[in-house]
Amino acid sequence: MARAVTPQRKILTTLVAWIIGLLIFFPIFWTILTSFKTEAQAINDPPLFLFFDWTLENYAVVQERSDYMRFLWNSVIIAGGSTLLGVLIAVPAAWSMAFVPSRRTKDILLWMLSTKMLPAVGVLYPISLLFVEFNLLDTRIGLIVVLMLINLPIIVWMLYTYFREIPGEILEAARMDGATLKEEILYVLTPMAIPGIASTVLLNIILAWNEAFWTLNLTAAQAAPLTAFIASYSSPEGLFFAKLSAASTMAIAPILILGWFSQKQLVRGLTFGAVK
Amino acid sequence: MHLRNALRAATALSLTMVGAAQAETITIATVNNGDMIRMQGYTDDFTAKTGHEVEWVTLEENVLRQRVTTDITTKGGAFDIMTIGMYETPIWGANGWLVPLDDLSAEYDVDDILPAMRNGLSHDGTLYAAPFYGESSMVMYRTDLMEKAGLEMPEAPTWDFIREAAAAMDDPANDINGICLRGKAGWGEGGAFITVTGNSFGARWFDEDWNAQFDQPEWKEALTFFVNLMNDYGPEGYATNGFNENLSLFQQGKCGMWIDATVAASFVTNPNDSTVADSVGFALAPDNGLGKRSNWLWAWALAIPAGTQKEAAAKEFIEWATSKEYIELVAANEGWANVPPGARTSLYETPEYQEVPFAKMTLDSINAADPTNPTVDPVPYVGIQFVAIPEFAGIATEVSQEFSAVYAGQQTVDEALEKAQAITNDAMEAAGYR
Repeated sequence: MARAVTPQRKILTTLVAWIIGLLIFFPIFWTILTSFKTEAQAINDPPLFLFFDWTLENYAVVQERSDYMRFLWNSVIIAGGSTLLGVLIAVPAAWSMAFVPSRRTKDILLWMLSTKMLPAVGVLYPISLLFVEFNLLDTRIGLIVVLMLINLPIIVWMLYTYFREIPGEILEAARMDGATLKEEILYVLTPMAIPGIASTVLLNIILAWNEAFWTLNLTAAQAAPLTAFIASYSSPEGLFFAKLSAASTMAIAPILILGWFSQKQLVRGLTFGAVK
Repeated sequence: MHLRNALRAATALSLTMVGAAQAETITIATVNNGDMIRMQGYTDDFTAKTGHEVEWVTLEENVLRQRVTTDITTKGGAFDIMTIGMYETPIWGANGWLVPLDDLSAEYDVDDILPAMRNGLSHDGTLYAAPFYGESSMVMYRTDLMEKAGLEMPEAPTWDFIREAAAAMDDPANDINGICLRGKAGWGEGGAFITVTGNSFGARWFDEDWNAQFDQPEWKEALTFFVNLMNDYGPEGYATNGFNENLSLFQQGKCGMWIDATVAASFVTNPNDSTVADSVGFALAPDNGLGKRSNWLWAWALAIPAGTQKEAAAKEFIEWATSKEYIELVAANEGWANVPPGARTSLYETPEYQEVPFAKMTLDSINAADPTNPTVDPVPYVGIQFVAIPEFAGIATEVSQEFSAVYAGQQTVDEALEKAQAITNDAMEAAGYR
């Protein structure tokens, strides 16, 4: 039976949730606010809050100086491509781990995750050499492969967790009805795991969108995504916080909007299986 | 007649084809400093003159270093020109990673490059990078606050005078700090500043046998002086202040003095950004009576990585960007105060530029810096705020973290110096210097 919740308790938890939410959102809010200030207003002490002459000048400068659409398009292709490729590989992998586990499945899962424990810079040289050797430097396909490999352990883990919640008997029944392995995965397992797959896809798009080590180190002019666009506004000698904020706002806007529209799906997917 | 026309047409066609074959697209890695951004705006002028297109890759300074180092060592070939500094140039030049700039055209007038810059960007007498702009460091101070305090800034102050002036201008009630200096960890940030301060106190990174010198009294004196000065008259939390943080404080009128890069002079005197633009004076970086001033030398320079397929076009760009004509182009459009400073002798001979308030002090500061003889006692290295060996960036970053911990009140001067000594000696031993 559900526990009775008193109105006071409800107000309190709502209040706490709002405070935590606002605290987390504050840096993003401040970035957006700063993007509408002049450079002098951006460093004003005490900081200016809402009541200042709002300006779109920074956006105009950023638009003029950088080819935003090229960076955006690269981000979309790299984040989307790496996620799609990752899911294509991870669905069969997670299926086999969830439904036909071997003695070593648990070890393999842990071993896969262990690749995430190595700092990325540790393999910068080997990866760079491979990229040079295969002519992949500053190409979107190169980054798609690298980001897919980086996120693959997480995709497999998430999908494995979701698949484990699906009763194996349903798949057995499908097999009894003569479904082939491909049909079983494609028409029986996948539709049932849609919420889980959707949240995996969303989370990985966000991870790939924000990845700022490989995307900076393996690109130059052609394949650079929005992370490089933001980095180009950071300065060792000069105060360009307002322009940097405008660039950051433009870079996070698409993913923020995507997250906003899909938050129900995301929350459902992330809590999937938690309540029986 | 027909034959002649046909010949003409053939000549025109072949000329066009040659032109088309020569027009290239070069990729340039750079940092987001004001002068570089301005240069990007004038790229059309270069394209109109040469036909070459330019792709810019603007990166954060540390990412740029990591990126170009990886690119050079793996022969990635992603860049045709890279923006590097005085620290990297001689090391990379010696390694054969850069194309020597020993065949620049006569019109370019390589002898016009300021000797200090040319020496700092050369290895064994060969120039490996052309300075786009150069800088030293100097004292920037508030003339109004100095006047109120009844003091007059000498052209070449001592550290004792700086302390006296800081005490006189310090006004916590009105949110004015006597002095603002770099304390941020990082070899190019606080590490650079404490190194030049050390130079003026007779300290040095190494003796002639590459033994670390942090156990010597000069380092203790320098670090103790700096910490006391900043604790008494510096801003709160100066352990995390670097160039940009201090620039922001100074522009808002919260510093009586700021000792930092000469390039900052054009920012703090720009009325659009600075609230104190009309009351800033300049002086040479202080000394301690030992014959060495605490000013550094740095250049943002353009170099060509060895192995680029577009060497000729890259050289054309470097000649354009670091030429006298480029300076004139910027001056004509944006005024003399906005031209890239510190690279060419002729700039300082231009009467219009001599009227810029910070021009003379910038040149004097650059001329007062000698990378081949940076310290009171002899050293086996070249470089003023750095030691031009590949290991230095790593070592100095660690050492400056220890110093920043002192500034933050997390450890004592003695503890930090002891750790610095151990860090440096261990690294130098591992690298085979000792």
